[in-house]
Amino acid sequence: MELLFALVIGALTASGVYLLLRARTFPVIMGLTLLSYGVNLFLFATGRLATGQQPVIGTAASYSDPLPQALVLTAIVIGFAMTAFLVVLALRNLADNENDHVDGQREKPSPPSKHEQEVSSK
Amino acid sequence: MSLPLVVLLPFLGAIAAPLFAQGGRTAIAIASSVPALIALAALFPHWSVLSAGGTVLHSYEWLPALGLSFSFRLDGLALLFALLILLIGLLIIIYAHYYLKAKENVAKFYSLLLCFKGSMLGIVLSGNLLLMLIFWELTSLTSFLLISFWTHKQDARRGARMALAVTGGGGLALLAGILLIGNIVGSFELDDVLAAGDQIKAHALYPVALTLVLLGAFTKSAQFPFHFWLPHAMQAPTPVSAYLHSATMVKAGVFLLARLYPALAGTEQWFYMVSFTGMATMLLGAYTAMFKHDLKGLLAYSTVSQLGLITLLFGMGTQLAAVAAIFHVINHATFKASLFMAAGIIDHETGTRDMRRINGLWRFMPHTATLAMVAAASNAGVPLLNGFLSKEMFFAESLALNLPGLWAWLPPIVATLAGIFTVAYSARFIHDVFFNGKPVDLPIYPPHEPPRYMKIPAEILVFALIMIGIFPAISVGPLLYIAASATFGGNVPDFQLAAFHGFNLPLMMSFLAFAGGLLMYSQRQRFFDFHARFRETDGKAVFEAVISEFVDLAHRFTGWVENGSLQRYAMLLVVSVIAVAALPLVKSGFYIGENGLSPVDWPTAIAAGVLIVSALATALWHRERFYALVLLSVVGLIVALTFARFSAPDLAMTQLSVEVVTIVLLMLALYYMPSWTPVESSIGQRIRDIVIALAAGTGMTLITLAMLTQPFSSISEFFLENSKPGGGGTNVVNVILVDFRGFDTLGEITVLAIAALGIYAMLKNTALTPPSGDGLGHTWTRDHYPLMLRQIARPMLPLALMVSAYIFLRGHNLPGGGFIAGLITSVALILQYIASGMIWTQDRIPFRYHNVIGLGLLFATIAGAGSLAFGYPFLTSAFGYITWPVVGKFEVASALVFDLGVYVAVIGATLLALVSIGRLSPHSAIKSKKEGG
Repeated sequence: MELLFALVIGALTASGVYLLLRARTFPVIMGLTLLSYGVNLFLFATGRLATGQQPVIGTAASYSDPLPQALVLTAIVIGFAMTAFLVVLALRNLADNENDHVDGQREKPSPPSKHEQEVSSK
Repeated sequence: MSLPLVVLLPFLGAIAAPLFAQGGRTAIAIASSVPALIALAALFPHWSVLSAGGTVLHSYEWLPALGLSFSFRLDGLALLFALLILLIGLLIIIYAHYYLKAKENVAKFYSLLLCFKGSMLGIVLSGNLLLMLIFWELTSLTSFLLISFWTHKQDARRGARMALAVTGGGGLALLAGILLIGNIVGSFELDDVLAAGDQIKAHALYPVALTLVLLGAFTKSAQFPFHFWLPHAMQAPTPVSAYLHSATMVKAGVFLLARLYPALAGTEQWFYMVSFTGMATMLLGAYTAMFKHDLKGLLAYSTVSQLGLITLLFGMGTQLAAVAAIFHVINHATFKASLFMAAGIIDHETGTRDMRRINGLWRFMPHTATLAMVAAASNAGVPLLNGFLSKEMFFAESLALNLPGLWAWLPPIVATLAGIFTVAYSARFIHDVFFNGKPVDLPIYPPHEPPRYMKIPAEILVFALIMIGIFPAISVGPLLYIAASATFGGNVPDFQLAAFHGFNLPLMMSFLAFAGGLLMYSQRQRFFDFHARFRETDGKAVFEAVISEFVDLAHRFTGWVENGSLQRYAMLLVVSVIAVAALPLVKSGFYIGENGLSPVDWPTAIAAGVLIVSALATALWHRERFYALVLLSVVGLIVALTFARFSAPDLAMTQLSVEVVTIVLLMLALYYMPSWTPVESSIGQRIRDIVIALAAGTGMTLITLAMLTQPFSSISEFFLENSKPGGGGTNVVNVILVDFRGFDTLGEITVLAIAALGIYAMLKNTALTPPSGDGLGHTWTRDHYPLMLRQIARPMLPLALMVSAYIFLRGHNLPGGGFIAGLITSVALILQYIASGMIWTQDRIPFRYHNVIGLGLLFATIAGAGSLAFGYPFLTSAFGYITWPVVGKFEVASALVFDLGVYVAVIGATLLALVSIGRLSPHSAIKSKKEGG
C-alpha cells in the first residue's frame, strides 16, 4: 500500500512539474493544481495510512493522526485561494498583453545594450 | 564606565553637533570639541594604573553565545593611540573651522568627523576582537563618507569608493582571520587571545589566520600592493587627509600589528610576510613621492612609505624594532599631520596644489613656510627633530638583523636607499614650493598668510616634534615605555631615548642618506627624464578596470539567471530543489523502513491506477485544454476518495467541494482563454523538462516510501485526549481547527479574504472579450441558460443550504464544520449563477461579497475576543449543553461562533473570486449596468 501511495505522489509530482515548466499560463495553473494534490497527499501521509480509524472520538478503537488532517484541510482551502489568484493573474495577463504566455510577452526582453551597462556601472 | 563613555561620546557628539549649526561655525566647532575634552578627562585618572603596568577593563555582556562582549580595555598601547586620536582630532577641529568655506555643510563634516573619531577610539579601546572589528568596519564606512565629502566631485566619489572597496575587503579578510583566532583560542576576549600566543602559533591554521589578519592590516595601512587607494583618497578635504591619512585611520593597520604582536609575531611567516611587505612599500612609496607634482599626492606617497617603514620595523620581530615602530607612529603622526595642514593652507591661499606652479612662496607666507620646512625636515630625518630619532633606531635595527650571508646587506641597503629617496622628496617639498623662482600662473595671486588661528594646530604639532626631538626621554619616554610594555605583555627591552647617540654606523647611514638625497634632488631633471620613460601604471585605472570587469561578470550572470523568463526561473527552482535533495536520496536509494509494506486491496489499486494514468495523461494532453481539465478533475475526485479511504472524512468532503469550485473556476478561465496550447518548446527542451519532472517524481516517491515505512511518534495524543474534555467536541480535526489551533485558522481565513480582495482588485477595471468560439470552429451555444439546468438548480438551493447547515452544526462532533459547509453553500450559489446567469442571480442576492468576507472575519475575531472579556487568553473557547426539543441534547460552544465566522468568510471569498471572473466579459458588464440603471 505504501509503495502504491508513494507512486501516486510521484506521478502527481512528475506531471505537475512538467506542466509547471510550460510556457503558457493555463498548463502552469493545472501543473500547480496537480502539485498541490501531491503535496497535500504527502502532508496527509505524514500521519501514516490508516483504514477505518477516523479521528472522531467514540467511533473507532484507535484513531488516525488528526493533526496532519487539520493542516491539510486548511492547505486545501488556501490552495484553492492560490489557484483562484493565479487564474485571475493569468486572465489579467491575457487582458493586458493579449496573449497567455507566462512571460507576459511573446518575445524575450532584449538584454540591456553594452552602452547602458557602462552607464549603469558608473 | 569611563571607557565605554570615551568611545560613545563622539557618537553622541555626532548627533548633537548639528544642533549647534544654527549658532554658527564657531559654536559647532566648540560643541564638537567637547567629547574629546571629556574623553581626555576620563582617561587621565587611569594613568597611575597604566604606569604601574596594569590594564583597565570594563566589560559588559552583549551576545555571550557568539563570544561578542561589550568590553573595553585600556593599556599603554591603547592609551598612546587614544591620545593621538583625541589630541590631533582637537587640532583638526580648529583647523577645519578655518579651512571649510562658508557655504559648505559644516554640520555634516563635524558629525562625520566625530563618528570617525568614535570608531577609531573603538578600535584601539576594544577588549574584544569582534567588537574591534565592528569599529574597524565603521572606520571604513565613515572614511568613505569623509573622502567623498565633496560629493559633487567625481574623483572624490571614485576615490572614496576605491578606499571603501579596498579597506572593506580587507575588513572581510580580517573578520575571517579573527574568527579563526577565536576558534583556536576559544575566546574573542583580547586578554585571552594575547595570553594564547604559543597556542595560536602552534596551530595548523596559524598561517591562514596570520595571512587573513595581515590582509586586513595591510589594506588599512596602504601597504603594497594595496597602497593605491591612499593617493586617490587625497580627494578628501585636507583636514580629513591630515587626520585620517596621516595620524589615525591608516595607523589602524599598524595598530593591529602592535596589538596582536604577542599573539602572532615571532615566527618566520610573520617575519617574511610583514618585513618584505614593509620594505617594498617603503621603497615604492618614497620613490614615487619624488615624481608627484601634486602637493598632497607627494604627501600621500610619503605616508605610504613611512607606513611601510613602520610595518618593516614590526616585521623584523625584535622587541627594539617594535619599540622603534611605536615611536615612529607618534613621530609620523606629528610631522605628517602638520605637513598636510601646511599643504592645505597653501592650497587654500593659492588655489592650486600643483608644485609646477607653486614656487617661491617664502616671500608671501614665511610663517607657514617655516612650519612646513621644520615638519618636512623631521620627515627627512634631520637631527634634533623627532623623525631623526626613530629613523636612527630604524637604521640601527636594520643593521642588527641577523640574516644569513649576503641577505644581511639587504635591510641596511634598502633602509639607506629609502632614506635617500625620502630626503630627496622632502628637499623637493621645501625647495620647489618655497623657493625655486616665482609662482607660475596662480589662481589666487598674490597669496598671503592664512588667518592667524589656522596656523595654531600646525604650530602646536611643530612645537611637539621639536620637543620630542630634543628631549625625547622627558616628553614621550613614559608613554612610549608603557605602550611598549603593553605590546610585549610586560617585559620591555632596554632602550635609550636621547637626542644624540654618538658617532656610529646608523649616523653614518643618515649622513649617506642626506648626501645622496640632496645630490639626487640637485640632479632631479635626469631622474624625471628617467622616470618619464616608464609608463606609470595608474592604480586607479587598474582598479576601475577590475571593478568594471566584475560588474560585467555580474551583469552577464544576472542576465543568464534572470533573463525575464518565468519558465527559466521555474526550471532553476525545481532543479535546485532536486539538487539539494539528490545527495541524501541517492545515498538512501530505494529504502523501505522497519514497518515494511502493508497489503494492497483491489479497489484501492484500481483507483490509484486511474489516478496515476489521469495525472500523466493531463500532462501528456495538456495542449487540449478542455480534455486536460476533465482529466484533472478525475484526479481531484480520486484524491478526495483517497482521503475518505484513509480515515479522513473531513478532508474528503473539503477536497470534493473545493474540487467542484476549482473546476468551475478553471472552466470560467478557459472561456476567455485560448482552448489550445501551441507547440513552442523545442524537442530538446521538452526532453529536458521530462527528465526534470521524472527526477522530481522519483524523488518524491522515494521520500514518501521511506517516510511511510518509518515508525513515528506524534504529538496528536494530546489532541485526541483533550478534544472532548477540553474542546467539547468529538471531531478532533474540527476541534483542532476552531479551538486548539484557532489562531492559525483565523490567519488562514484572513489569507483567503486577502486573496479574494486581490482578485477583485486585479479585475476591477479589466475587460476581456471571450473568443467567439472554442478555437476549433465550434461556436458557443446560443442557449446561455439551459432550461433543464435552470429548473433543477433552483430547487437545489434550499436543499443545499439545509445540507450545509446540517454539516456546519454537526461539525464539532462529526465530520463537517465551517470550511466544508461554507464550500457547499458556495457551490450551491455558484450553481445559480451558472444556471440562471449573473444578472438574474445578483438581483436576488442583494449584498456585496466584500461585506460578507468582512462579516465572517468579524464573527471569528469577536468569538476570539469574547474570551478576553472573561479574562481568558484570545480564542479560548467555552462550551455548555442545552436540550432542544426534537433534536435532543445539544452542545453550544463559543467555538461555534468562530466556526460561523469561518463559514461566512469562506462563502464571501469564494463567491467574490468567481463572480469577479464571471463579470469580466464586457457583455455581462454592460447588461448588468443596463439592468441596474
